[in-house]
Amino acid sequence: MKKLLVSPAPHIHGKDSTQGLMRDVIIALSPSLLVSIYFFGFSAIKLAFVGAITCLLVEFAIQKYIIKGKVTVNDYSAALTGLLLALNLPPNSPSWLVFIGAIVAIGVAKMSFGGIGQNLFNPALVGRVFLLVSFPVIMTDWTTPVSWFREGIDATSGATALSIVKEGLSKGMTMDQIFEANNFSYAEMLFSKIGGSVGEVSALALLVGLVYLLIRRVIRPHIPLSIIGSVMVLSGIFWIIDPTHNPDPIFTILTGGLLIGSIFMATDYVTSPMSTKGMIIFGVGIGVITVLIRNFGAYPEGISFAILIMNATVPLLNNFYKPKRFGKEVKNG
Amino acid sequence: MSRTFSIGGIHPHDHKISVNASIEDFPLMDMAYISVSQHLGAPAEPVVAKGDTVKVGQLIAKASGFISANIHSSVSGTVTAVEPMPDISGNLIPHIVIKVEGDVWDESIDRSPKIVKEIKASSKEIIDIIAKSGIVGLGGAAFPTHIKLSPPPGKKAEYLLINGAECEPYLTSDYRVMLEYPEQMLIGTKIMMMALGVEKAYIGIEENKPKALKLLKKIASKSYKEIKVVSLKKRYPQGGEKQLIDAIIHRQVPSMGLPIDVGVVVQNVGTALAVYEAVQKNKPLFDGIVTVTGGCMTEQRNFRLRVGTNFERIMYAIGGFPKDAVKLISGGPMMGKAISRMDAATVKSTSALLLLTDEETRRGEEGNCIRCAKCVEACPMGLEPYLLNRLARAGRIDDLETNLIQDCIECGCCFYSCPSNIPLLDTIRLAKGQVLRIIRSRPKK
Repeated sequence: MKKLLVSPAPHIHGKDSTQGLMRDVIIALSPSLLVSIYFFGFSAIKLAFVGAITCLLVEFAIQKYIIKGKVTVNDYSAALTGLLLALNLPPNSPSWLVFIGAIVAIGVAKMSFGGIGQNLFNPALVGRVFLLVSFPVIMTDWTTPVSWFREGIDATSGATALSIVKEGLSKGMTMDQIFEANNFSYAEMLFSKIGGSVGEVSALALLVGLVYLLIRRVIRPHIPLSIIGSVMVLSGIFWIIDPTHNPDPIFTILTGGLLIGSIFMATDYVTSPMSTKGMIIFGVGIGVITVLIRNFGAYPEGISFAILIMNATVPLLNNFYKPKRFGKEVKNG
Repeated sequence: MSRTFSIGGIHPHDHKISVNASIEDFPLMDMAYISVSQHLGAPAEPVVAKGDTVKVGQLIAKASGFISANIHSSVSGTVTAVEPMPDISGNLIPHIVIKVEGDVWDESIDRSPKIVKEIKASSKEIIDIIAKSGIVGLGGAAFPTHIKLSPPPGKKAEYLLINGAECEPYLTSDYRVMLEYPEQMLIGTKIMMMALGVEKAYIGIEENKPKALKLLKKIASKSYKEIKVVSLKKRYPQGGEKQLIDAIIHRQVPSMGLPIDVGVVVQNVGTALAVYEAVQKNKPLFDGIVTVTGGCMTEQRNFRLRVGTNFERIMYAIGGFPKDAVKLISGGPMMGKAISRMDAATVKSTSALLLLTDEETRRGEEGNCIRCAKCVEACPMGLEPYLLNRLARAGRIDDLETNLIQDCIECGCCFYSCPSNIPLLDTIRLAKGQVLRIIRSRPKK
C-alpha cells in the first residue's frame, strides 16, 4: 500500500525564497558596480570583494563557532551587506577599512541581534557610520583612483559635490558661482560622477537597479518614492526661498548618496516597516531628516544618519500603522 | 473592464490542464460508502437499517437539528451496514454502506435530458424542495443551502451572487458545469432568486475562462436579463465569499459578519445546477462534478461522480495511482484537504481530486522571518500574518484578537508568498480556533 503524504493546506508554494530575493538585489546592484569598476578599476573590485568575503566569513564564524547553530551564509544576505558597505565607501579606501566595517556590520549590527531578520538597524549603514565617525579623514578623502579603462586621466582629489557646495556657501559664494567654478552638469551627475562613494557614480545605473527591483517585485516603490519626493519638496522650498544659497532639488536628489540610500538601504526588508502607510511615513521621515542634516548639520550628506534614525522608529510604525483591513474602511450600500 | 477585489491576493499558475475534458459519467461502483455528515452542522440520522433495499435518490438519512441536511442514496441495492468508518481526515463518522445492485432510480426523478424552463414552485415551496433534496453549498464549505436562502428576520437580500470564479489552480469542475449545463445553471440561479425575492443576480467568472464567459453572457442576455455575467481578473482568492462580493458589487462584509449583512447571498455554480435538478427534475443531491487531475497523470478527467465512491475505486478507474504522486488532495492545492486514507469516500461537496508529486508539494526548509512584508501584501483580509504567527507561537490570545485573527479566511496566500517558508497558516489556523472558541463562549450582549 502506497503511503500518502498528509499535511495542512496550502499544498503549493510560490517561487520566492530569501536566497532568490537577496540575489535579485545583488543583480540590481550590478549595473552600479560595473560602472564603478569602469571608473575606479581594481579599487572598486577590491573593495566589493573584501567587503562581501569578510561579511560571509564573519557570519559563518559566528554561526558556526559562537552560536553553534544553523549556518545560513548561503542566503546571500551577508554578501549583500558586504557589497552595499563597499559601494558606500570612498573609492580610494584601503582594504582594511572595508574589512573593519564588515566586521562591525555583521558582527555588531546583525549577529548580536540574532542574525537575519532580527536586527533593528541596517547592518551596512551601521558599518559605514562606524567608519565615518572612527576614521573621518579617510572616509572623506574622495581621491579617485586611476582606472585601467581611463588611463591618461589623472587621479583627481575631488571633494564630493555636496561638500564643495557646503564649503563654497560658507565662503560666501552663490550657487551659480559654485556651479560655474566646478563645471557641474546634470548630465555628468546622471551618467558619470562628481566625487562620491563607489556605488553612486552613476545615478542612471542606480535607477536601472530600481526598475529591476520593481519589475521583479522585490521591493515596492513606496519607500524610495516617498524619500525622493519629500527631499524634492523640502529642498525645493528652501531653493525657492533662496536660490542663491540653496542647491536646487534635482541637484539634491542626484548627489550625496541619496539614490543609493533610498533605493538599496532604506528598502532593506528587515529594517523597514511592514504596512504601506508605515512605509510612506518612514520614507518621508528619512527625506525630511536628510534635508535638515544637509542644510543645518555638520555633515554635507546625511542620508545614512536619517535612515538609521528612522530604522529605530520601525517597531513603533509597525504598531501604529496597520494595513488597510478588509471590511473596515469601505462604506457599504 | 474586468473587476477584482481590493486587498491582497496572489497569482499562482492556474494549471487548468483538465479544461478540455468533457464531463463523463463515472462507472457504477460495487459498494457505496455514504457518510451521514457531509455538511456543516449536525450529522443526519440514518433512516435505513442493514438489509433494507434502497433506490437511487431514496432518503437514507434525515436532517437532525436546525443546521443539517438530508442524505439520499446515490445507488440502488442493499444496505449492508450502518457503521462508523474513517472520513478523509481519518475521523470515524457513521457511514451507510450499500452493496450496489443494478441502477434503479426512484420513479419520481425526471431523468429526461429535456430542459424544464418554467418555474412552477413558489418561493416557499422552492426552499422546502431544496431542504428536502439535501442540497449543500458545493463551493467547499457544504453549508446547507436552504438555510442560506432563508435570511434571518430583519435581514434582507438584495443580490444573489453566483461564484464561477474557480480561482483555485487545477480545478475545472465549475468550468465544465458552466460549459455543459449553462441553461440549467441559469435556471437554478433564477430559482434561487425567486426563493430569496431578489431582482438581480451576478455570475462572476474569471477571465481565464473566456468560453464560459461568452456562452453564459450570450444565453443570459437573451433569456435571463436579470442575471448579469461579470468578467473578473484572474486572482486568488477571488472565489472567497467576501472577496467575490467586494469584486462584483464593491461591498465589504464587516469583521465577523456574514454576506447577508451587506445584502448578499453567495452560491456556487455547482449549487445552482443542483438546485435546478432538485426543483425542476425532482432529483435530490447525490452526485457531483469532480475534476480528477494532476501534472503527473497522463489523462485529465472531469467526472459526474456519485456520492460515496471510495478513492481506491477512483484511482482504479483512472488506471492506478500515478507512480510519482505522493499526495492526494480533495479540492484545490490552496485550500483542499490532503486525503489520509484511500478507503475513505467522496461526499457531496467533493469538487476535485488532485494528485501532486513530491516536487510540486514539498515544503522548503523554514528560515527566519526577514520581515519582507510579502505576507502582509498578499493577505486579502488586510491582516499581518507575520505578526499573527509570532503572537500565536507566543500564545498571546488577547493580542491575536485585537489583530483580528478571527478574520482569517485560511486562503493560504501568506504561506504561499513567504520566502522563508514559514508555515504561517498552520500556526494561525490553530490559534484562530482557540480565539474563536473564546469569542463564542462569551455571554451574548
